[in-house]
Amino acid sequence: MRNPLSDKIVSIKPSGIRRFFDIVSEMDDAISLGVGEPDFDTPWHIRDEGIYSLEKGRTFYTSNAGLKELKEEICHYLRRRFGLEYDYRHEVIVTVGGSEAIDIALRAMINPGDEVLIPQPSYVSYEPCAILADAKPVIINLKAENEFRLTARELREAITDKTKVLILPFPNNPTGAIMERRDLEEIAKVIEEKDLFVISDEIYAELTYKGDHVSIAQIPGMQERTILINGFSKSYAMTGWRLGYACGPEPILTQMLKIHQYAIMCAPTTSQYAAVEAMRNGDGDVAQMREQYNQRRRYLMHAFREMGLPCFEPYGAFYVFPCIAQFGMTSDEFATRFLREEKVAVVPGTAFGDCGEGFIRISYAYSLENLKVAIARLADFVGKLRSETKE
Amino acid sequence: MREELLKIIEKNSRIDLKELAVILGVEEIDVVNEMAAMEAEGIICGYHTLIDWEKTSIEKVSALIEVRVTPQRGQGFDNIAERIYKYPEVHAVYLISGGFDLLVTLEGKSLKEVSAFVSDKLSTLDSILSTATHFILKKYKDHGTILTRRYEDQREKVTP
Repeated sequence: MRNPLSDKIVSIKPSGIRRFFDIVSEMDDAISLGVGEPDFDTPWHIRDEGIYSLEKGRTFYTSNAGLKELKEEICHYLRRRFGLEYDYRHEVIVTVGGSEAIDIALRAMINPGDEVLIPQPSYVSYEPCAILADAKPVIINLKAENEFRLTARELREAITDKTKVLILPFPNNPTGAIMERRDLEEIAKVIEEKDLFVISDEIYAELTYKGDHVSIAQIPGMQERTILINGFSKSYAMTGWRLGYACGPEPILTQMLKIHQYAIMCAPTTSQYAAVEAMRNGDGDVAQMREQYNQRRRYLMHAFREMGLPCFEPYGAFYVFPCIAQFGMTSDEFATRFLREEKVAVVPGTAFGDCGEGFIRISYAYSLENLKVAIARLADFVGKLRSETKE
Repeated sequence: MREELLKIIEKNSRIDLKELAVILGVEEIDVVNEMAAMEAEGIICGYHTLIDWEKTSIEKVSALIEVRVTPQRGQGFDNIAERIYKYPEVHAVYLISGGFDLLVTLEGKSLKEVSAFVSDKLSTLDSILSTATHFILKKYKDHGTILTRRYEDQREKVTP
């Protein structure tokens, strides 16, 4: 029999997180700091609207790009939160999570061999999606000394005459880094000069703890070069509903819509009705969750200071990214031992790119009570490692 | 800080003051002062514990009583409310809008005890026109806390 597999797919390495997942699944008593989704339930009024849509029999396809009401609400939202203007008729697609938006944006923009810049550490899907789109992924290794922000200099150094697209993953998973307006203005100059396009993954936009999130699309001259990606998973605790969206210039969206139309048809209808309710009446829920995340974030930063674990202060998402290099082991060794000996799962920084070496990702999508238990174990573990190195 | 502080201690009055300062991002002394100020102002009225008595072996009966009264000249409902709330078995007294005037919640050892209170003490007060007693059969949720179901983390343990 012939080899049934695509070389391209086979060449993609499986996610580094998978291995940890497998170990944790075998351990009954392990606690986890390893999740990438909110601990809150979807607010009841949003779930209720989903249920109501089912009762009403709204179980058919929507138009490819999504429900008109939802696209309008998305545009209202982007206007009221960020002052961005999009035409709901041509410049918005409702997608199956932000993940689909990343995939179709890349596929719509890339010709074989085009280079896509991917700052790392970052979410695990950019590189594989770029490869699937026949792009050449070019990694930009972000640095702890810059608080894992992307600098104009780093960007400039990575650009070649083949570079076409920059993926901008802020607020960032796994580091919690954000890009403030002045940071974005600096890189915008380079983007314009080098005639690049931006895929800006802003799924954590609502979870920032230092002023309001600024989108690259708000910087003059950038909206026409930017595919803005956001969604409902993180801000409204709706991960399982699988709903996101992409906004951008009509010529690009038209092509993205073709892929979406043929591969997906439309995003889940029930989820779209629930999302309309989220956008109309969900601001209070978002604010409440954000405040709780912020309290946990402060708690963790304090705990790290107390146990002498260096960590830059992250102002976004729900992750902290402390440095464990002082213990003379790799992130993977640290995470594996921590799991085996203290039964707490964290994700090694290397799961998000090689430059994550020396760091671990800790999620604070857990109640303070749970965090306290886990952090006490981390303090014990750190103490144990220190006494080992002394001997 | 006040609003955030109140929201936290409303759910967890046992929280350590140092920890409270950490999660609010302020100094401990500021938390101490703010709480003392709010106690003095009567904003913080006590630090209670939410107990699901059903799960203990202690017998308790709770009731809601709708009370219709004749307001008194110059006093409105305040006098009669005071007459009612002075009974230690009365948990809460609210003046409310709608079909009756006062909502009284009550806790007693037994059905008999609660009934006796209503018929002997409450109904016999001068300005009371009528009462309707509702016994609580089951508490599903109290003070914003679901009593019938424990939180279970249903998420996968490690996700990107």
